[in-house]
Amino acid sequence: MEAVAEITKTKPVVNGVKDKKPVKKVLIICSKGKLEDVYAALVMANGALMEGIDAKMFFTFFGLEAITKKHADHLHTATVGNPAFMPGLPTVVAGLPGFEAFASYMMTREMDKLEIPHVTEFIQMIDAAGGEIFACKLAADMFHLKKEDFLNEVKDIITVGDMYALAEGDGTQIIFI
Amino acid sequence: METINAIPLATNAEGYLKNYNEWTKEWAEEVAAQYGITLTEKHWDVLQWLRQKQAEDVKLNIRKVGNSGIVDIKQFYELFPGGPLKISSKIAGIPKPVSCI
Repeated sequence: MEAVAEITKTKPVVNGVKDKKPVKKVLIICSKGKLEDVYAALVMANGALMEGIDAKMFFTFFGLEAITKKHADHLHTATVGNPAFMPGLPTVVAGLPGFEAFASYMMTREMDKLEIPHVTEFIQMIDAAGGEIFACKLAADMFHLKKEDFLNEVKDIITVGDMYALAEGDGTQIIFI
Repeated sequence: METINAIPLATNAEGYLKNYNEWTKEWAEEVAAQYGITLTEKHWDVLQWLRQKQAEDVKLNIRKVGNSGIVDIKQFYELFPGGPLKISSKIAGIPKPVSCI
């Protein structure tokens, strides 16, 4: 019996155990434009694809910054109103001109050390892996952004109804950031 | 009988080869077949590259494979559909990758 058990262990676990219901698709909504929020969305989308899970991304409101040609690689982290950022640092100091840019530069440098790709490269990776990226129509109208303002990988500017259509099918999870 | 490996090499519970040096091409073909993959020359190039990087103790991630000059990320996903880095690592007889990227 033991020998059989040992051998069956070599069977690849392709989609998890049969009676479990694996996640098949994620729809990740990114509504924020801060460096850390955008990266959370990108890492999760890419991570899903790496596991063979389908991934769709929907960027809305300030999240749109992350997929514009102009700002995608120049996102900042908030140094004011972010208590977890350098705890103990007085808000007056954190709000000094240039402080946020400096902090964001330092953070990006740390991410470079870990070989975390920049936003545009990350989006290219997700696109190459079969992930799809969309922009929110309402927010795009509000910020006067057009298709040509967005990175080439952005597939379309869609309504909230179209967004829900992206989530159709069993085993889909919607993640809001 | 795809559940039993014809070439019984010691693997962990997830099917990753325990000893990288025991790896044979026949074993790789068999594991690939379990994923519905027939290994082509391009697959072998990727597998050899992965094994070489493992020998150099390089921590692998999708991005590195994409910059390997052997395949781009899109081709990598096409060659090993359904989780390319994990599947290719398993076929290549190297440990399960621990990267989040």
